[in-house]
Amino acid sequence: MSEPYRMNFTVDGENFTSAGDASGRVKKALRQLGFSPEIIRRVSIAMYEGEINMVIHAGGGRAEVSVFDDYIEIVLEDDGPGIADIELAMQEGFSTAPEQVRAIGFGAGMGLPNMKRYTDEMTIDTEVMKGTRITMRVKTV
Amino acid sequence: MKLSDVRSALCATLITEGDDLDREVSSACGSDMMSDVLAYVKDQAVLLTGLVNPQVIRTAEMIDMVCVIFVRGKAPTAEMIELARECGIVLMRTDLRMYEACGVLYSAGLRPNK
Repeated sequence: MSEPYRMNFTVDGENFTSAGDASGRVKKALRQLGFSPEIIRRVSIAMYEGEINMVIHAGGGRAEVSVFDDYIEIVLEDDGPGIADIELAMQEGFSTAPEQVRAIGFGAGMGLPNMKRYTDEMTIDTEVMKGTRITMRVKTV
Repeated sequence: MKLSDVRSALCATLITEGDDLDREVSSACGSDMMSDVLAYVKDQAVLLTGLVNPQVIRTAEMIDMVCVIFVRGKAPTAEMIELARECGIVLMRTDLRMYEACGVLYSAGLRPNK
């Protein structure tokens, strides 16, 4: 296997306006690498929801996207409050986001379900008061 | 239908002046919840929304939307217009409310994508 192509980003937790910036960059890079629109869309939506989550819940975090021979991996890591009940958090419609987040069109409890919906694999490693690491993979062949 | 037809059906104002309105679109969706748009959208080309913040443009970018139409006469900020231009997304605004705007476009042939 050849060395994967990697992109690293810091997601600014203070600035909701810039949320999605990293996902936008990934989208452009994947387009240049020649992936199909469907693959690009799935990766971008999953990463975008993850970025929004990190801004809403964790005060920002880090993202790494790696392009392997047969899949694209997105790793999102934060030092936020962690997820107390993953099963509950995965339910569509469940959200702990504050009201002001709903006012900007998010916090509907669709973030994690959407991330799972658009990826082939998703694992969540989380510890309350420590942080969360989400690894998602989208197969490309 | 062409974006120029969409504009005239909604009596909409083109915000991103100079954009090509000859582009063909065949489907649309309307929502103020961006996560719902991300959850259920599939190849819709036009987003109608009453929500005004940069995440509307980001959402449209992620799902390859061609055009965002602000209903109820809402106006995007300069920052949003700039972001839309970078992403090649056409912006319009109409004084119609969401329900009516969707109805007008539906009747004109723009359908949800199954």
